[in-house]
Amino acid sequence: MLLLCSIIVSLSFGGANVPVSKVWSILLHHVPGISQLFDLRSPMEGVGDPDATIIMQVRLPRVVLAVLVGAALALAGAGFQGVLRNPLADPYTLGVATGSSVGAAFIILFGLQTWIGLWTVPAVSFATGLFTLFLVLRLAYYKGRMELETLILSGVVIQAFFGSMVSFMVSLSKSAVNEIVFWIMGSLSMRGWNYTLIVLPYVVVGAIVLISLSRELNLFSLGERQAMHLGVNVQRTKLIVLIVSTLMTAAAVSVSGVIGFVGLVVPHLVRLITGPDNRIVVPVSAIVGGIYVLWSDTIARMALNPKEIPLGVVTAFIGAPFFAYLLWKRKAKGGESRA
Amino acid sequence: MTDTMLEARQLDYRIGDAVILRSIDLRVEKGSFCGIIGPNGSGKSTLLKLLSGIEPPERGEIMLEGRPLDNYGRKEIARRMAVLQQEPLPSLGYTVKEVVEMGRFPYQSWFGGEKDDPGPIIDRVMAELDLQRLSSRIVTELSGGERQRTALAKTLVQQPSVLMLDEPTTFLDIGFQIQMMDYVRKWRQDNGLTVVAVLHDLNLAAQYCDRLIVLHQGRVAAEGTPEEVLTVDLVHRVYGTKPIVLSHPDTGVPQILLKGR
Repeated sequence: MLLLCSIIVSLSFGGANVPVSKVWSILLHHVPGISQLFDLRSPMEGVGDPDATIIMQVRLPRVVLAVLVGAALALAGAGFQGVLRNPLADPYTLGVATGSSVGAAFIILFGLQTWIGLWTVPAVSFATGLFTLFLVLRLAYYKGRMELETLILSGVVIQAFFGSMVSFMVSLSKSAVNEIVFWIMGSLSMRGWNYTLIVLPYVVVGAIVLISLSRELNLFSLGERQAMHLGVNVQRTKLIVLIVSTLMTAAAVSVSGVIGFVGLVVPHLVRLITGPDNRIVVPVSAIVGGIYVLWSDTIARMALNPKEIPLGVVTAFIGAPFFAYLLWKRKAKGGESRA
Repeated sequence: MTDTMLEARQLDYRIGDAVILRSIDLRVEKGSFCGIIGPNGSGKSTLLKLLSGIEPPERGEIMLEGRPLDNYGRKEIARRMAVLQQEPLPSLGYTVKEVVEMGRFPYQSWFGGEKDDPGPIIDRVMAELDLQRLSSRIVTELSGGERQRTALAKTLVQQPSVLMLDEPTTFLDIGFQIQMMDYVRKWRQDNGLTVVAVLHDLNLAAQYCDRLIVLHQGRVAAEGTPEEVLTVDLVHRVYGTKPIVLSHPDTGVPQILLKGR
């Protein structure tokens, strides 16, 4: 419900002023039959209504994309946190998002988008994202153990490296400045329906897989060995969750650049309210993630209207202090956990 | 009535070049309370890892109810065997009831449902271990003893035929140690459970186990009833200190007093 309201409200904010009631009427007009998209106007409007075009062709795809990207990142965050048993893990802190953007930037800047069809960009960014994850985990593992801080540090190192690669590649292209900002800070501007359609299947499949593994994720919180004793196939579950989370990250990054901290903040917020049970946390995170990115994007395009702030700036502005808070909270109770 | 629950034949295990276990043979009968004792580094915990299927042995075979352990799926093992670890439950945001319910995982279908209602068994275990009062408390708020009791409840809810204990009393003071072992013993008597326990405390082992297996430098150094095993000679040979061995005034089982040089 909240998601729906947010969508409507967000739709009505924008450079061109369209009242909420009109947004409703335009939307409702389109609900009964999707086929009657543009020839039929709603009865109360005049012919060639520009507002309807703005809503349906500019704002709605952007809003839907924001929701999908948010859901993908939040699900990925919940997945990473669950399976790595690390509250600070998320696509951004693990460097997976930046890693994915290397692949996407490479493909786009060298004009290879249609190399293997429509899915080229997500596929390649998935490959580089997975490679990044592998590197980070490799760097963080020491004698079979993985300290929480080491993991994040490894993420930062790898992320810095790949981030510079993205910047370098973008510098080679003509439209440099804007593109760099896009890849490093994330943005949802000027994305039509076809981008939305690229992300949708990843989010749907990812959500189904993670929800079906949510009981296993609960058992992971007892420790990997205990999960094994309870009958979880630990290695397989871990692999599936890591791959699916990376896949969703890659899909999101390939259309929106690197949007930080969504996967970190959202699952934690949800846990604060619903408790730690992943059977609830995972699906609710998807919804809240959608709302979160939608509002962030609305702020991004409205705050300095008509100029846009990169979306990643907004999410980081909220997310980074939250990250600091989590670190601090962990330090505060660190002494007690071994007692 | 000499059915074998768990059997190991000629187990070898190495980590790198270090031999941890060598030619281990053992047989645990159904319904028995079997203790595995031995000094630090003798391979006790490794043996438990192998027996519970966490690590495969390098050589040798483990049979659970007459069938090779590696023939079982993970969930199949979890329906027959539960393991209580030494480490207390981590600091979790789950309630006691939620943690206990996790023990039903091996019985749940893909959607999380069960054929029969698990409510009665969960209630019974909670009642037996005096956890009802704590049922909706969060794990982080519990004391060490309460946490370990919650962990035990979770393993019992698995309705295992074999319960493995890996030094379950390490982090508990003596009151909770006895309480813990009493709970295990009672559940075993009422439900025909087989218990395999790695124990550090020889006196505790002598009081609760009907058979003891002594590990020393990766081999079985002795095996038998507590009376047969816990002798001055053996303790001296294995632990390198000469104790005084007495009979427990109530039960007659051997008890050990330490003496300095």
